[in-house]
Amino acid sequence: MSDNTVSGESILRIRGLTKRFGGLVAVSNVSLDLHVGEVHVVIGPNGAGKTTLTNLLSGDLPPTSGEVMFEDRNIAGCTSDHISRLGIGRSYQKTNIFLPFTVFENCRLAAQSRTPHALRVFQPAEGYAEINRRAEEAMAAAGLSHRAGRVAATLSHGEQRQLEIAMCLATQPRVLLLDEPLAGMGPHESQRMVELIKKLTADHAIMLIEHDMDAVFALAHRLTVMVNGEVLESGTPAEVRSSPAVQLAYLGGEELLHD
Amino acid sequence: MDFAFFLIQLLNGLQYGLLLFLVASGLTLVFGIMGIINLAHGSFYMVGAYLAWSLASLTGSLTAAILLAIPLTVVLGMALERLLFRHLYQRDHLYQVLLTYGLILVFEELRSLIWGDDVHGVAVPALLNASIPLTENLSYPVYRLAISGVCLLLAAALYFLIQKTRLGMMIRAGASNRDMVQSLGIDIKLIYTLVFALGIALAAFAGMINAPLSSVFPNMGSQVLIICFVVVVIGGIGSVKGAMAASLMIGLAETFGQVLVPEVAGMIVYVLMAMVLVWRPEGLFGRS
Amino acid sequence: MNSRLQQFLPWFVLGLLALFPLVESTFYMQLLTKMLIMGIFAMSLDLLVGYTGLVSFGHAAYFGLAGYALALMTPKYEAVSLWWSLPAAIGVCALFALITGMLVLRTRGIYFIMVTLAFAQMLFFVFHDTKLGGGSDGAYIYVKPALKLGDFDLANLEKPEQFYWLALFLMAATYLLLHRVLGSSFGRALLGIKVNEHRMRALGFPVFRYQLASFTLSGALAGIAGYLAAVQYGFVNPEILSWHQSGAVLMMVILGGMGTLYGSVIGACVFVLLQEVLSNQAWFGVAAKHWQLAMGIFIILVALYLPQGLAGLAQKFRSKPVTEVADE
Repeated sequence: MSDNTVSGESILRIRGLTKRFGGLVAVSNVSLDLHVGEVHVVIGPNGAGKTTLTNLLSGDLPPTSGEVMFEDRNIAGCTSDHISRLGIGRSYQKTNIFLPFTVFENCRLAAQSRTPHALRVFQPAEGYAEINRRAEEAMAAAGLSHRAGRVAATLSHGEQRQLEIAMCLATQPRVLLLDEPLAGMGPHESQRMVELIKKLTADHAIMLIEHDMDAVFALAHRLTVMVNGEVLESGTPAEVRSSPAVQLAYLGGEELLHD
Repeated sequence: MDFAFFLIQLLNGLQYGLLLFLVASGLTLVFGIMGIINLAHGSFYMVGAYLAWSLASLTGSLTAAILLAIPLTVVLGMALERLLFRHLYQRDHLYQVLLTYGLILVFEELRSLIWGDDVHGVAVPALLNASIPLTENLSYPVYRLAISGVCLLLAAALYFLIQKTRLGMMIRAGASNRDMVQSLGIDIKLIYTLVFALGIALAAFAGMINAPLSSVFPNMGSQVLIICFVVVVIGGIGSVKGAMAASLMIGLAETFGQVLVPEVAGMIVYVLMAMVLVWRPEGLFGRS
Repeated sequence: MNSRLQQFLPWFVLGLLALFPLVESTFYMQLLTKMLIMGIFAMSLDLLVGYTGLVSFGHAAYFGLAGYALALMTPKYEAVSLWWSLPAAIGVCALFALITGMLVLRTRGIYFIMVTLAFAQMLFFVFHDTKLGGGSDGAYIYVKPALKLGDFDLANLEKPEQFYWLALFLMAATYLLLHRVLGSSFGRALLGIKVNEHRMRALGFPVFRYQLASFTLSGALAGIAGYLAAVQYGFVNPEILSWHQSGAVLMMVILGGMGTLYGSVIGACVFVLLQEVLSNQAWFGVAAKHWQLAMGIFIILVALYLPQGLAGLAQKFRSKPVTEVADE
């Protein structure tokens, strides 16, 4: 278990976020904070509402009620492109890349999203040095530079997950919402991903959804446990582990916290 | 406009709307279950009408013609599903559009070859060839009431099918999901064939019963198809309830429009559609 | 084929086409002119379908609108100047595309197909039911537009070969324009939207704006084709707005191969040629009257067995390895 210290001021404040689908409450009254320099991990069983929560934060779904304060602005209910432009980036649990394009083009396109003047219609797309540079940086950070020319559909699953992150990074966000980045990865690739996230922590506020407990405890500064759409417990890893509520929810306190 | 006149237009509008519902429900069923957009749906309306006319000329009775024509169209539907539409299920809508467009051309030419290009009238069955007096001067044709009645009956049957059967449950869930269907233990190929046949039989039947009122003429298929599309857009695709609401709305709007503002009556339907697009793009009863 | 040849080829073809009028046949020249015009029409739709992923079944609306615009701008027995009538026609189409685009782009997929068809039909009824363009009878353009520089006639469009060169010039210009646009970052964004609209939005792209821009440009370019077609026939009627026209141009795009500009032009040529052949009474006699039957069967076969179009067929013969650097 790491000895992560909490630092930085709160950049994203979520208060009472709720999402109802007709009679079904997927996310209920969730509140948590994200700080720059911190990794805030959200864990819980399948169907606990973690991905729905991410969807609410990234703008993929509009909330039923609640607030999401980003730098003194309530962004709850904004569209996903607006939220992305504000500096909140998101990676998907189910790989969501541009399969027919090369790795470089995937990242280039992602980097292009930041430059409005890229609407210039007569200059060739590859002609923007700044965009190309950002794409190359993102590929390098994700460890994919050697794959730049390969079509994304031909990558291995682990490489596709890396590309998923690279695209997110190419948009230069301040907040990262990572939905199970380690999903389907072998031990070697997982290790590499954990190191990448560690490197990113210093300059970003990161919310991470993960099931891999080794990664969770290597990375987490804060931990939130969600069950049935609600926050069961939230705090430092030590606090959450020793919480009676958490231990009660899982047989003998063993199942969830000791993989 | 006096009351009797208003009543006649109201009844006409409802009858037209109910007929539209018959055609539109076939279209929306096929899409809801199998995910296929069938541009040639209107052609089956035309086929039904022409079949009714030619068989009525042969037998001397529209009723007999309809009874003969229904099984014919069901067989036609099953054959087409087996031969052509089966290949479209997993394909992009683009290719469905293209293929069914080609089918429209084929149907139009075949109709021209078999039955010619003239307009033909069809006689109302003798039994229903009467009028109900509304006032001293005005009376209303029984046949129109009969059409409305039949459409309502079929709508009720469809309602029963959608709400009370397992197949209906799939339709409501918006299932174009083969696995889900198969899990109900039914042979999916058979289901698809039957649903498709039902869909176009509804359109054909509508063409048959409306033939005495509209006559049979070359463009009748494309005319009804476009209106059907507008019905489905306004009502929400895959929603039979939506098809009913939108059909009635359009039926009434067009009928009253033609007597009140005949110059722009043809546009009313599209204005309604534009309004729905602005306010609720997924349709009145569609899932967003 | 290697890229040097690939770069040289279009110019070579263009040169050949420019020399065609030396072949002294008016009939074939007019046929080729029709192919060029349809090539512009098909390319404009390919921008929408092949590059932005929006399947429109109402593209004839812009084709017809431009034709009617010309008819309405042309005084009864005088020529109108091409310098301002062509841009005006394009402008009308762009405006109509902008307005309908704002409505239809609120839908996707099958809804989009249906509403684009419906709006084209609406326009059809406007011209068919009102006296605006002569109703169902249509309107004549008795004198073709003039292309003057001061008092000097730059071209006499009554002469088939000069009209042919104008059509060729405009087709080449449209091709070059689209080629540049699609290679730009705007074009890449359109492709991204076609491949994965959801992710594009998540990356921060204002997807609606891109789609609207593509839709508007597409309509404007279709207007060029419609204008030229009206000049060639000297006549407009509601049929140029019909869904048969929309279906035909969609067929051209798919036949040629979506997502390749040259494919659309080839598809247009093949389609026009096929139409010409099938309706040739000298060859098919009575059957020629029902040429749409054969056309319909052909369309069905293409939809079933040639989804990648002719360009896709050509690609198969080249069969590039999957790991080659390719971003399309």
